[in-house]
Amino acid sequence: MEMNLKPRIYEPDELDRHEAESIAALKAKSQLPIPDPDDWLDEEIKRNVLLTTADAVLNWARRSSLWPVICFPACCAFEFIAAEGPRFDISRFGMEILRASPRQADLMITAGTLTWKMAPVVRRVYEQMPEPKWVIAMGACAISGGIFRSSYAVVPGYNRIVPVDVYVPGCPPRPEALIHGIRLLQKKIARQKNRIQLPEIRLPKPGGKSR
Amino acid sequence: MTVILKAKDIIARLSEKFPGCLAEAGTDSVLVEAAAIPAVVQYLREGEGLEFDYLNFITAVDYYQYFEVVYHLTSLKHNHAIFLKTRCYDRENPSVPSVVGIFQGADFQEREIYDLFGIKFEGHPDLRRIFLWEGFPGHPLRKDFNQ
Repeated sequence: MEMNLKPRIYEPDELDRHEAESIAALKAKSQLPIPDPDDWLDEEIKRNVLLTTADAVLNWARRSSLWPVICFPACCAFEFIAAEGPRFDISRFGMEILRASPRQADLMITAGTLTWKMAPVVRRVYEQMPEPKWVIAMGACAISGGIFRSSYAVVPGYNRIVPVDVYVPGCPPRPEALIHGIRLLQKKIARQKNRIQLPEIRLPKPGGKSR
Repeated sequence: MTVILKAKDIIARLSEKFPGCLAEAGTDSVLVEAAAIPAVVQYLREGEGLEFDYLNFITAVDYYQYFEVVYHLTSLKHNHAIFLKTRCYDRENPSVPSVVGIFQGADFQEREIYDLFGIKFEGHPDLRRIFLWEGFPGHPLRKDFNQ
């Protein structure tokens, strides 16, 4: 097939005529002012429709209800208990509901020293948590083993056992530090990209019966 | 009325009952031959006027030349107490008779000593490691333990 690569060159009077036609058409359509969309939209729709992205909605829902699993092997748990209590009150950030079952939780706050004897249990708790799930390493022992790092029986950091998202230093960290760590995790979740799997739509075959 | 016995009197009774089994006696402790430990503990628990009904703890010490296993017994009835000690010189294969048959509470403590010192308690019904996992190399509370 022969390709016609030569551009079409309009005659000047042809261009002018073309412009005049388009202006006339626009002018004919634009005799009345376009109404303000707020006036045009129904009052009910205006109050009930919110345009956003799926990422924003999913991340908002996930980060606003972080439910920690009860998995506190050592003394940092007391700082967590203080953070749970009315003085520091992490329920302000929607994360106060502790779950006794890892199957209902999506956050693991690893508060305390972990021994190798306990490590398989923590790993199992983590594996039982449904996706998406996050881990906060709370305190020096959880980050690196802390003062027990050189012991023969202590895991030097939870990141040997489970992937850690946020590290909260301190021995133990103050409840404010823990809350700051959870807020950091929330910011991290807000940046996440989600892949949504939509249900497959079965279209009827053209000319055939639909299932 | 209960009579509070002094350790000296208890040791005197023991040396009368078990001649040749006591190696040396301190002010509140007595060193017993390892083989005689169950009989001595049994006697302390059931002897007339002794009635040591409470085993405070069992522990062990590594003195390089020997291991010393320490028993602390108390009588809640008479309010007297005594330390029993015994030594095992065999570093490769140390062994002491178990007292689980006399004091049930000795079970976990003997397992702990077995775990951390490697001292075997003959006659223990379930002598397994308790803090460390099976296959852990060595016994960490021994003075010559290097990880």
